[in-house]
Amino acid sequence: MSEPRVVVTGIGWVTGLGHSIDGVWKRLLNAESGMEPTTRFDARTFPTSFAAEVKKDFDFRGFVKDPAVHASAGLNSQFALGACSQAWKQSGLDVKPPKDPRRVGIYLGAGEGVLDFDNYVGTMLHAWDAASGRVDGVKWAACGLAAMQRMKEIEQEPNMPLAHLAREFNCRGPAYNCLTACAASTQAIGEAFSILRRGDADVMIGGGAHTMIHPLGVTGFNRLTALSERKGDPTEASRPFSVDRGGFVMGEGSGMVVLETLEHATARGATPLAEVTGYGSSCDAYRITDIQPEGRGAAVAMLEALRQAGIDPAKRDGKGRPPIHYISAHGTGTKENDSIETKAVKRVFGEMAREIPMSSIKSMMGHLIASAGAVEFITCVLAIRDGMVPPTRNLKNPDPELDLDYVPNRARQARVDTCLSNNFGFGGQNDTLVVTRFRA
Amino acid sequence: MPRQQRRVVITGTGPIAAPGLGIEAIWSALCEGRSGVGPCSIFDASGFSCPFVAQLPPDRFDVRQVVPKSYRKATKVMSRDIELAVGAAHEAVRSAGLVTKAHEPADGRMTVPADRMGCHIGAGLIAAEENELTAALATSRKPDGGFDIAAWGATGMQNLTPLWMLKYLPNMLACHVTICHDCQGPSNTITCGEASALLSIGESMRVIGRGAADACLSGGAESKVNLMAILRQQFAGRLAKAAAGDDPTKTVRPFARDAIGGVAGEGGGILVLEAAESAKARGAAVLAELAGFAATQSFCPDTVGADPCRDGEGISDAMLAALQDAGMKPAEIDAVVPFGCGAPALDAAEAAAIRRVFGDRAASLPLVTLSPLIGNCGAGFGAVAAAVAVQCLQTGMLPARVNGDASLGVDAAPAAARKADLRSILVCTPSLGGQNAAIVLRRVA
Repeated sequence: MSEPRVVVTGIGWVTGLGHSIDGVWKRLLNAESGMEPTTRFDARTFPTSFAAEVKKDFDFRGFVKDPAVHASAGLNSQFALGACSQAWKQSGLDVKPPKDPRRVGIYLGAGEGVLDFDNYVGTMLHAWDAASGRVDGVKWAACGLAAMQRMKEIEQEPNMPLAHLAREFNCRGPAYNCLTACAASTQAIGEAFSILRRGDADVMIGGGAHTMIHPLGVTGFNRLTALSERKGDPTEASRPFSVDRGGFVMGEGSGMVVLETLEHATARGATPLAEVTGYGSSCDAYRITDIQPEGRGAAVAMLEALRQAGIDPAKRDGKGRPPIHYISAHGTGTKENDSIETKAVKRVFGEMAREIPMSSIKSMMGHLIASAGAVEFITCVLAIRDGMVPPTRNLKNPDPELDLDYVPNRARQARVDTCLSNNFGFGGQNDTLVVTRFRA
Repeated sequence: MPRQQRRVVITGTGPIAAPGLGIEAIWSALCEGRSGVGPCSIFDASGFSCPFVAQLPPDRFDVRQVVPKSYRKATKVMSRDIELAVGAAHEAVRSAGLVTKAHEPADGRMTVPADRMGCHIGAGLIAAEENELTAALATSRKPDGGFDIAAWGATGMQNLTPLWMLKYLPNMLACHVTICHDCQGPSNTITCGEASALLSIGESMRVIGRGAADACLSGGAESKVNLMAILRQQFAGRLAKAAAGDDPTKTVRPFARDAIGGVAGEGGGILVLEAAESAKARGAAVLAELAGFAATQSFCPDTVGADPCRDGEGISDAMLAALQDAGMKPAEIDAVVPFGCGAPALDAAEAAAIRRVFGDRAASLPLVTLSPLIGNCGAGFGAVAAAVAVQCLQTGMLPARVNGDASLGVDAAPAAARKADLRSILVCTPSLGGQNAAIVLRRVA
């Protein structure tokens, strides 16, 4: 028996460039940057003091049915509710909800919630005994139980955005959250796709939500020297594929998609925006800090996704074009990622790799960490819809070692029928999705 | 309609919890009803509503002893949760008789090729080790003692080791395990609280079923024996109320009329899952068949699921769907391993689900309760439960049960370890957050 086809019927996002599908898309095509000085905490003395934050005009209460139900929502849950409400509405499921909520599932790649930093640090310091170099457990408990708040703590669990979405959209089917660092939401969409293909649900919400723009998040990445510490204009700091790239810039927010079996979408008269045709996942199993230098795992993920989609990477399509018309790169702007990703793409497509436009929207939106994959997947859906490829901003000093077509600085018109979306996580997880123009 | 998928079997188990590493240590504690609950030796926990924890003492587990010599240096960047996962994986691989990269085989050959080996390990919200972090934070204080974020940003953060954050990313459990054993197939880190391990086992089953891997190291691990995790348990209404003078071994009373809550535990487990055909081809001893799996979401009246829905409907949905996936009826199940953490509201929801699925049989269908002895090991709990269920099927024994009673209409009253004819066992864990995962394990002839 053939497996069900899986289509995308709704998309939504909340990002540093805005929180409407077409508003953000327009800004991406204009090569605009969402980066500004950090406001979520006082980062002025940090090595990195800028980020692409979701702006103050985003209020999730304007998106949900009853804000009181989500009164406790932390930032990740707020982003998730805002993004998913857009996707749900576009799918039409808000007007006519699915008949059996047990056939509606969710697979997210959402991050851990934001630490209640002031109270956390206050408690640690209050209980610190410098002489023994230890925190006093009894003092800590007394202070922590008084200072920290119940819901703020519960909301830090990474499955909380999932819980909020399940409640808002009445989903009672398969429910998962995965957290494979920067690959998480690509993996989530891929596994949601696999659940639909196996027939275990009719509709799956897929996506991610994350912010790490908080003192310990920035500390952690600064200590790893993964973030750009560029001085001057923050909009020029994220420089994927440039010779002078120096690390990524944090973004935050959420991307959400509604996936369903074609049969389910057709039966209710929904319009597919695109089709998901392939998903590949692999693990580097190499080192905790480094990517496998030849891009072995990344290439395996791409090849497996292409195989599932029935695409031979060595063969041109019917119109004489390469078999893939756009690659949404992981493209973080770190030295290591951009050069290894380039190697991996060449490994997969050989000489044809140079003909495939490949850009990084992280140059504009920043790196949404666990939710990066979901917003980049959405970019692929829009590239197919509008025949436009978003640019890589700030690519003025190309790296001579990197010789692919990174769509520098200006969006480009192009017929796009098939895209690859790549994400690679710290820890070695590599995930790739194939998104295709829907044809009945 | 689901397509025909490859059958999946379990060929090795590596549970880890308060009684020790490996099924022998855990099984003997369970059969004797020997509790691992007691005062906390890492810090004084008496400021919380429960002064007791279920911790794995250092003399029973040292991660340095289980990693290859060439990997010892990496143990410095392992949080407790990572140590538990690495230990469990080592034991699971040994139990399954696999040769992996960790054995440094002379000819470089692994039993299962690296690209056919996946890894799915559920993880919790890992807490930063408080002494290491606070020692660094304390370098950035204002004259009044408060935290000086400007000093921290400028210089204070340099007191943290550069790799500090990598100890606490949830996917670092799988990262270290995949490096040690060279698993290059699909790998994921599921973070759905107490449902994480069974969701991971289920995902491995699907990955092997669809042919994306031939074997997976699968399970979960978490330590809740730390200040932040205990605080969160107390905030969530799941921590027992007990005094230092109470008998720690009587703290956790699953499904009991006088239940007072749970205790923080640490542990988890890794199981070796293999395609039935590849296990057969290599002549592996099959411990059990993983016959069915399902995942569902409960309706949560409070949205976040700290206050579970008392009717347990999402939990029974998972049980029924896992049975359906196995092509089995409730009447074919001989025992159930529930979460049973001793928090009255959650136990009531689980008991309601068991009564709904099993009807009249619920009162006599044996439950295997673990939490009085090993506490709540969060994302790892389901993996200990699965390993114990496999051992029940292997030995035809049910371990002892302590501290529970029959008041909720389920068979949770104290009992000694006993022989039983066990063909199929259902394991189910609901999470804080409302995710439920269930698996059906079947004895192999």
